[in-house]
Amino acid sequence: MLEIKNIWKTFNANTVNEKVALKGVSLTLNDGEFVTVIGGNGAGKSTLMNAVAGVYPVDAGSITIDGVDVTHLPEHKRAPYIGRVFQDPMMGTAATMQIEENLALAARRGQVRGLKAGITKGEREKYRELLKILDLGLEDRMTSKVGLLSGGQRQALTLLMATLRKPRLLLLDEHTAALDPKTAAKVLDTTERIVQKDKLTTLMITHNMKDAIVHGDRLIMMYNGKIAIDVSGEEKKKLTVESLLDMFSKVSGSDEADDKLLLS
Amino acid sequence: MSGILNTLPGAVSQGLIWGIMAIGVYITYKILDIADLTVDGSLCTGGAVFVMLFTGGVNLWIALLAALLAGMLAGLVTGLLHTVCGIPAILSGILTQLALYSINMAIMGMKATVAINVNQEGMLDKLLVSLRFVQGSKGGFPLYRHPIFVVGIFTAVLIAVLYWFFGRELGAALRATGSNPNMARAQGINTEFCKVLGLMLSNGLVALCGALLSQYSGGNEIKVGQGAIVIGLASVIIGEVLLGKIFRNFALKLLSVSIGAILYYIVIQVVLKMGLNPNYLKILSAAVVAVFLTIPYWKDKYFGRKAGRGAVRNA
Repeated sequence: MLEIKNIWKTFNANTVNEKVALKGVSLTLNDGEFVTVIGGNGAGKSTLMNAVAGVYPVDAGSITIDGVDVTHLPEHKRAPYIGRVFQDPMMGTAATMQIEENLALAARRGQVRGLKAGITKGEREKYRELLKILDLGLEDRMTSKVGLLSGGQRQALTLLMATLRKPRLLLLDEHTAALDPKTAAKVLDTTERIVQKDKLTTLMITHNMKDAIVHGDRLIMMYNGKIAIDVSGEEKKKLTVESLLDMFSKVSGSDEADDKLLLS
Repeated sequence: MSGILNTLPGAVSQGLIWGIMAIGVYITYKILDIADLTVDGSLCTGGAVFVMLFTGGVNLWIALLAALLAGMLAGLVTGLLHTVCGIPAILSGILTQLALYSINMAIMGMKATVAINVNQEGMLDKLLVSLRFVQGSKGGFPLYRHPIFVVGIFTAVLIAVLYWFFGRELGAALRATGSNPNMARAQGINTEFCKVLGLMLSNGLVALCGALLSQYSGGNEIKVGQGAIVIGLASVIIGEVLLGKIFRNFALKLLSVSIGAILYYIVIQVVLKMGLNPNYLKILSAAVVAVFLTIPYWKDKYFGRKAGRGAVRNA
């Protein structure tokens, strides 16, 4: 499904701020696999995800989705394959547009946009049903501007938009980090439901080790621009926060690092 | 007072014509979130192209179309400078605007003014709008040729077309690009293309305004567009401040821009009638725009955001 081969990324090359964010990362995701990604600040989690989404080009290596080499495609040309939810609730929706208009934009992800109607009657009915599933009362506010919604509502809407057209790959970049614990749990629950229902191949970054252990069927820990731990199957099911920290100390060779990880 | 009333039809006519430019500015400034300074140059381009073609014997509608296309070309240049060359939007507009001075001079045969001879036999009959028609029946012209009527219909058609377009898939993509480019790209929208398209559309309308303006005033001069962007912004802001609360629908929002331009010209006429030296008009325009841009900012800063307006409350 997703095949990342030996990708490298350096920011601010040849300056004092030079930062090698990805150091030859390789990762293969099977069809329908739900992978959680953890790691401290600056480990390269978000860089990895943005590289896959095409936010910036990688310096070396290749990225293939469904057999298509997307390494050199710009962001909007990768969109047909990828659904995304961002950490910042402001980022995934257009605040000055209506809820239904946002959904209609998402329904046309990856299609050529011409002079056909921006939204049709039939679509409105469909969106109303889908919004009901979120259980946030948004189905009665479909013509409200998205800017009026709370952060949690916007994240839930973004999640719905990302999966409205079944994506080949779903990228979740700490999408619950900016929410209060109760809302975060609700959004995560909705995520789990949608991913299960559509059997979506998913890459989810989280700052919460417990969430990373509970959700998904494979766990990756990044450290210093590389994948340090990759656990799946039975082994993943048996993981605890303690055993994970233990594994991490062995890999990184220091205790200081796991404090950093816990605190981040 | 009666003097002021007498100037009203002229002010409204002028305001309606400038309103078309203001609608163009609305597309870039409000929808795309770009302050496009190409406008000062492309307005003159529209007038220059129209006058040269029309006085050369070309059909009025074809000359208008040519003016529109010339403006779109100017927008295309700004758009490419911004997207392909990576120059900040505001600077791209300034560069095009500067270059257009030379181009406009060249179009006008290196003359600073070119005229449409309205005294020539049969010329007035061929024109769509003219200052002469403002007098209406008193001047011997039928009321249906009055600029308020003609440009009014022109504006109504324009608003209808734009309303239709921005409700299409492509139009929605344009709005999304201005509202949140990150989101737009994630939904597969080519934001660079949308920006270029919006700039073309905007400057096409601005040039169309220039063409109508040159008919209205019977000619085109090289500095006609000087400060046009400020007039456009003033119209957008006046319309929004006065009517934003009542006009929610997109078509009505465009109408409020046109009304803003009319109000702007009425105010200008009034202060001129009151004896203001016309040379002070520019500082007056700049002050109006500065004040109206300051008010919403200070309101937010010192009196807090009113809940619900773009504010995101925590769930």
